[in-house]
Amino acid sequence: MTDLRELYQDIILDHARHPRNFAANAQATHQAHGHNPLCGDTVTVYLKLDDQGRVTAANFQGHGCAISLASASLMTETVLGKTGAQIDELFADFQARVTGGKDTAPPPELADDAERLAALVGVKAYPSRVKCAVLPWHALQSALSGGESGGGA
Amino acid sequence: MDHLPSPLASDAKSPLDGAILKKQFPIFANDAAKNPTKPLVYLDSGASTQKPATVIAAIRDFYENYYANIHRGVYRFSQRASDAVEQSRVAVQKLINAPSADNIVFTSGTTEGLNLLAATLPYSPLLKKGDRVVISELEHHANIVPWQMMRDRHRIDLAVAPIDRNPDSDNYGGIDRDALAKLLQKPTRLLAITHSANATGASVPVAEIIAAAHRHGILVAIDGAQAVAHQRVDVQALDCDFYVFSGHKIYGPTGVGVLYGRGEYLAALPPYQTGGDMIEVVSFEKTSFQPPPQRFEAGTPDIAAIIGIKAAIEFLQAVGLARIAAHEHGLVAYALAELAAIPEITIMPAGRKRDGVVSFTLGKIHPHDLGTILDDDNIAIRAGHHCAQPLLRCLGVAATARASFGVYNEFSDIDRLCASLRRAQAMWG
Repeated sequence: MTDLRELYQDIILDHARHPRNFAANAQATHQAHGHNPLCGDTVTVYLKLDDQGRVTAANFQGHGCAISLASASLMTETVLGKTGAQIDELFADFQARVTGGKDTAPPPELADDAERLAALVGVKAYPSRVKCAVLPWHALQSALSGGESGGGA
Repeated sequence: MDHLPSPLASDAKSPLDGAILKKQFPIFANDAAKNPTKPLVYLDSGASTQKPATVIAAIRDFYENYYANIHRGVYRFSQRASDAVEQSRVAVQKLINAPSADNIVFTSGTTEGLNLLAATLPYSPLLKKGDRVVISELEHHANIVPWQMMRDRHRIDLAVAPIDRNPDSDNYGGIDRDALAKLLQKPTRLLAITHSANATGASVPVAEIIAAAHRHGILVAIDGAQAVAHQRVDVQALDCDFYVFSGHKIYGPTGVGVLYGRGEYLAALPPYQTGGDMIEVVSFEKTSFQPPPQRFEAGTPDIAAIIGIKAAIEFLQAVGLARIAAHEHGLVAYALAELAAIPEITIMPAGRKRDGVVSFTLGKIHPHDLGTILDDDNIAIRAGHHCAQPLLRCLGVAATARASFGVYNEFSDIDRLCASLRRAQAMWG
């Protein structure tokens, strides 16, 4: 597989064309906005957390390239049902992989999710595009750390 | 220094051949040695041009044979370097037909030239609190943000001349001359406007606009970053008051730019940065400053870049600016025709006259994805907002892909571009 096909795998193109969970969520308990001033990509992440701190709904809206859309789409699918600590582990693993590092060997219950996110690993051959893949995750982390909380878009 | 081989200089009237010009630029052969099946197609001259061998040689010659700081030493290397810098000033003067070399201030680039103006004008008799400055929607951020800072610091009024937004107008995407004329009828002190819009290639009829502004006593500063390598610029014929451009967009090095100013206006501006080289006498009580242009050239400049810009100007003159303009307009016409045949392409409007830039979007493929796919075919374009977010907002897009042309481009480059765009479409399905 060439670097280009590894980057634009079918799953990436599918999520870019038909992003999942692409909507605002007025019931969100946590939300945050991410913006890349260099390329103009924007993403807003909406999370609903239950009393135990588990994600019961994850949505996003924004505009950007296929990489950032697919990353946000896969992310919102993957974080559903996870706790903040689990999300941190998934992100650490994801970030290590897309920047060309080794996977961080997440715990067995997260291994499948980590593998699924690894569809974006092709981006490591394109350093200028890594930020596209990581942008939604930074917005997610910002939302979890209380960047902006409360409902409404 | 080596003279340009004969195909360039021998037949000044013949059309340019991009394939021959490519041979003047080592990057193409060097890259071809690594990518023999996919030679480099460079379509990002609007961001920065590649460098001819003569420019690289001039810089190398300086570092290897007579490197020294300028205006300081009494030894011969310093004298030779100082002379070379002043010869570059004369070369710039002649390129843009300035009345004197003293009208030429070396800056680090267009951005610094515009910042210099915006930082110093409010401390001069030329501009005072409550005065009005007009810019346009076509501008690069470098011709927007310095004026905003000035507005906020000095309570200057800032107005923006719109583009023609009527899709049915033959001037769609060009500067709206009627709206600009109305703006200039209100008391205005300065118009700062681009010669050619970097994001779309919209050419601004600056000679007519300057004449109209002067009828109202309005000073005019032109951002010529996208013009000087692509057409003959004559600051006296234009009658502009200030004109700024960058070395690296005219086949010269990064790190050097030019601010041209009318003599009496440069003399009216206070220093921008202060330090060595720009003073007459310094004591702890008081310092007196050099006249322009030295007043604006504090500290050690990028001497190699200033020396390199002279070689770049010699390159431009050997090729011939009229031939370059004809060559690039031919490329643009061909590109527009070929791109228009690609389904789902939207070409950004550029008014009545387009300089060597074609900006476009392709279906739902984000320009950054296009940039990456084209790069896989060894085609370099610019993707994004081109430091012109307000203009793109006016055109209803967040980002575009942009092909911009230079002397080394040929029709086959455009064929490669179109083939790669079709490949991207096939991938996206």
